Amino acid sequence: MVENTAKARRQFLSIRDVTKTFQLGADSVQALRSVNLTIDKGEFVCLIGASGCGKSTLLRIIAGFEQPTSGQICLHENTITGPGSDRGMVFQDYALFPWMTVRENISFGPRQKGLAKKYIDEITNEHLHMVGLEKFADRYPMQLSGGMKQRVAIARVLANECELLLMDEPFGALDALTRESLQQELLEIWERTKVTVIFVTHSVEEAVLLSDRVVVMTAGPGRIEADVPIELVRPREVSAIDFNQVRREITQRLTSHVAPRELKAVA
Amino acid sequence: MENAPVSTVSPEAPAVASKPWLPERVQSVLLAVAFPVLLVVLWHQLVVMTGTKLVPKPYQVGTMMWDFAFGGIHDDAFSGTILTHLFASMQRVYGGFALAIVIGIPLGLLIGKVKIIRQLLDPTLSLLRPIPVTAWLPLSMIFFGLGPRSAVFLVFLGAFYPILLNTIFGVRSVDPRLFEAASMLGCDGSRMFRQVVLPAAMPGIFNGLRLAHGFAWILIVVGEMTGVPTGLGSVIMDGRTLSRTDMVITGMIIIGIAGFLTDRIIVCINNWMLRWSPQHHG
Ligand SMILES: Nc1ncnc2c1ncn2[C@@H]1O[C@H](COP(=O)(O)OP(=O)(O)O)[C@@H](O)[C@H]1O
Ligand SMILES: [Mg+2]
Repeated sequence: MVENTAKARRQFLSIRDVTKTFQLGADSVQALRSVNLTIDKGEFVCLIGASGCGKSTLLRIIAGFEQPTSGQICLHENTITGPGSDRGMVFQDYALFPWMTVRENISFGPRQKGLAKKYIDEITNEHLHMVGLEKFADRYPMQLSGGMKQRVAIARVLANECELLLMDEPFGALDALTRESLQQELLEIWERTKVTVIFVTHSVEEAVLLSDRVVVMTAGPGRIEADVPIELVRPREVSAIDFNQVRREITQRLTSHVAPRELKAVA
Repeated sequence: MENAPVSTVSPEAPAVASKPWLPERVQSVLLAVAFPVLLVVLWHQLVVMTGTKLVPKPYQVGTMMWDFAFGGIHDDAFSGTILTHLFASMQRVYGGFALAIVIGIPLGLLIGKVKIIRQLLDPTLSLLRPIPVTAWLPLSMIFFGLGPRSAVFLVFLGAFYPILLNTIFGVRSVDPRLFEAASMLGCDGSRMFRQVVLPAAMPGIFNGLRLAHGFAWILIVVGEMTGVPTGLGSVIMDGRTLSRTDMVITGMIIIGIAGFLTDRIIVCINNWMLRWSPQHHG
């Protein structure tokens, strides 16, 4: 019985032997090779790795924007074949609909489902409140700061009741202060909604601060190098001694695989 | 909180040292009017200096315009007929323009977004495009006879390509992530076209509309020179035949004003529809 539930939990998202090769004219680039990963429901997983190691590609395949060259990805044992409202992507450059107000952006998903207007308004107001943007509900994206835009993007996918939040370096373009407050807000939202999160970053500190597990990827071709559980108690403190130990450990894992490659490139 | 709104008005607006001697708006209107007045004065002087009989003086054109509008001066076939001719031309211009919109925008959205339709239609349309619209005149007279329908067809052809090409360009220049974002939020098929492709392509579409509207007025004159009894084009043609240059110039000025006013209306609609993007305001 216990084993049964454990198995069901494990199978929330499973990535099996995923390979992706891009064809560029006569050339081909192998972006991913034999990636295997399972993610539990409610987990917060960070993907980390040098740029070009296939993090975005993996996320886009999970989102259904790209098809894997081989292998498959299953959500609840259903193979992913295209984009769907069970998965929501938060892009680094926001990708908000510029002709819609904040409110219209957030209500976009619910409106597609043809819900009653009263219900749509309820969901929208709830999510406006969640990200603290009630006062800016009638603004257009162009009139918002980067941090506010990213809050709208998060609210937009959550209002659509996605089960899996895919975030591709979502805070990479923000200043340090804004990034810190958004990290805290994201953690609060995650703890409250228990949504599963896959978060791509190239900051070790961000990964250790946020995640239950850090998945380290390396390039040439992209594959998973290590899968490190982070057992620090929450809320975490970046200046704590144990936090720094974990951070060093992950940094070592990252650089130990970069160094030989660079040496090879020099030689 | 970092989320201070990015205000549309810069807080450090350039400090105005001294008050301008005229409000900005008044100044811009005055300057806009000053130049044509100068041109009219120059025109008068040139006619007087050269003593030509071929070009009327400005006040003669003014008299003609008054007579064209209200009658009571020349009392000929044109006296007090301005509205008949203006409305006839407007009907054809807006008819052809509307037809070009109704066909050009949906077709442009489809060609821009759906690869197979692009592959099917783009080569043919590119092949037809370099043919000057006026070259269609003989064929259009065979298809539609000598009359207003031929003029509408020419206007349609002239307005169609700018609308089509700018719509396609508008769709192609949309960030593909917006389409991805829409599809992950459960939007697809025809809803995608209405809710995402069309509004996203709006800046391009309005570029096309303004260009096309200009062409529509150019072509109405060509279209109405083919034996149509009414319309500003036919007034200009008759003026030429009768050696009434004042009538020709009157027709030209009225077309200029009508075209200008319609363009302002399109700009107003543009600014309202694209209120989310001040950089696209006309
Ligand atoms: N659409 C594409 N066409 C061709 N090559 C691509 C495409 N997308 C990604 N790649 C290549 O795949 C590799 C991984 O890219 P990406 O997933 O963006 O890496 P990361 O997000 O980790 O920086 C890179 O070498 C990149 O050049
Ligand atoms: Mg990337």
